[in-house]
Amino acid sequence: MQLDSLLSILPELNKAFFETIYMVGISIVIAIVVGLPTGVLLFVTDKGLFMENTAFKNIVGFIVNMVRSIPFIILLIALLPLANLITGTTIGPTAASVSLSVAAIPFFARMVEQSLREIDKGVIEAAVAVGASPWMIIKDVLVPEAKPGIVQGITITVISLVAYSAMAGIVGGGGVGDLAIRFGYYRYDNTVMFTTVIILICLVQIFQFAGDRIARLVDKR
Amino acid sequence: MIEIKDLVKVYETKKGRVTGVDQVSLKVEKGEIFGIVGYSGAGKSSLIRCLNLLETPTSGEIKIDGLSLTSLGKKELRQARLKIGMIFQHFHLVSSKTVYENIAFALKAAHKTKSEIDARVKELLDMVGLTDKRDVYPSQLSGGQKQRVGIARALANNPSVLLCDEATSALDPSTTKSILSLLKKINKELGLTIVLITHEMEVVKDICDRMAVMQDGKVIEEGKVYDLFSNPQQPLTKDFINSILQFELPEKLLKERNGKIIKIYFQGSIAEESVISDVFQQFKVKGNILHGKIEYIQETPLGIFVMELTGSPLEIERAIHYITDRTRNLEVIRDAA
Repeated sequence: MQLDSLLSILPELNKAFFETIYMVGISIVIAIVVGLPTGVLLFVTDKGLFMENTAFKNIVGFIVNMVRSIPFIILLIALLPLANLITGTTIGPTAASVSLSVAAIPFFARMVEQSLREIDKGVIEAAVAVGASPWMIIKDVLVPEAKPGIVQGITITVISLVAYSAMAGIVGGGGVGDLAIRFGYYRYDNTVMFTTVIILICLVQIFQFAGDRIARLVDKR
Repeated sequence: MIEIKDLVKVYETKKGRVTGVDQVSLKVEKGEIFGIVGYSGAGKSSLIRCLNLLETPTSGEIKIDGLSLTSLGKKELRQARLKIGMIFQHFHLVSSKTVYENIAFALKAAHKTKSEIDARVKELLDMVGLTDKRDVYPSQLSGGQKQRVGIARALANNPSVLLCDEATSALDPSTTKSILSLLKKINKELGLTIVLITHEMEVVKDICDRMAVMQDGKVIEEGKVYDLFSNPQQPLTKDFINSILQFELPEKLLKERNGKIIKIYFQGSIAEESVISDVFQQFKVKGNILHGKIEYIQETPLGIFVMELTGSPLEIERAIHYITDRTRNLEVIRDAA
């Protein structure tokens, strides 16, 4: 009986798994593409650094904090018009990816900023003293030096995205988390719920393990 | 070569305004090694960091090779910095880059081509003796080796000036010696002007031509290293020089002696003359050497002796007069008891 219910949702589970991967994949790519430069800018415009710009830093910092303080479930709904504008629809995993990306960008940007802060200021200064341009310092000093931290940041962001994506069901985003809620929680089907939760646990473990491995690999200190 | 005029650097801190550098004016000649000494907090670090504008001076002017750095725009300043090398106490190498990449970075900043970079890095590694460490990461190098990479990076674009910010302070004595001799070699072979700051008088004694002493943000004494060693004027300068010459006499010894105690400086060629034996032949005094040392500062001897003179007061007076005449530098530490 219990095995039956599991077997019967197997196609759904398969679909949900790839939906999760799809949403998390799109969102993390966008989070990196937008969040990495944002994090770098937040750092280099800080006081005493080579692109010091307090006004810029404060404005960007404020926006980042603002987005981060909105509960994801509200962000998800509030950004439906934006999702419609970008993807032409308000339902499905693609639409949900818009909200997930918007939530992940500031989160990841702060992660990047944090890992840049751990770089010895002297190393940055030495690059300034050599006569390097800001772009060269960012590309050849800041990012390589913070790489282990940035990789850790990606790992943490991916894991948060897996958790957030469970709420994507609200807008019909699908995904494993949504399945857990719909079949497991609402229908009191414990087998499905446990199975989906175990899948999520495995997913997170794999991401964390891979992240740690890569971070160690790029660490030359 | 380097002209510092009325340089002032004020820091705004939570506790109020702190003057790091206070109205400093200095001139460093082309090809010389200029040392700035002072205790920590004296402002020497602020001063050297103002020289390539890592710190923006509050007021004053800095000219290097006739170019006024303080008036440059961002881009021009970067251009100027290519010609001002700098090395640091903690080396500040990029840990995620190999030795080769660390040095190549400076050349990339000067927009050199790949083949130019390859050739120049090879030359530099050869000069600092690290050819076999080309593809190694900094974490696998010793302190001395890291500083050599730092030197190679600083010299990559053939600068006219090298700034050394406590470059040997984190190294052990024998590594310090080898880094200093490398700096000296570079100075001689390339005619590079070197400005260094340090709290170690050994460093100044070993390689500097001229020096300045800083206290509370001000330069309190300045001159040829030899002159300052043989004839320091300010108490702080004397302190520094004593720290290396170590001329403290034990209290007990002073108590037991009852003759007149004098300190004689023999400078340059006088150190090679037989002043002391002449004194004993000409005057009826007896001498007893309590302490003595001959230092070689850039191959010029500086002899310092502490002696007790006994005999009749008149003979002692005459002897002192005679020594003062010949050495021009005699200090009475204590009169006869």
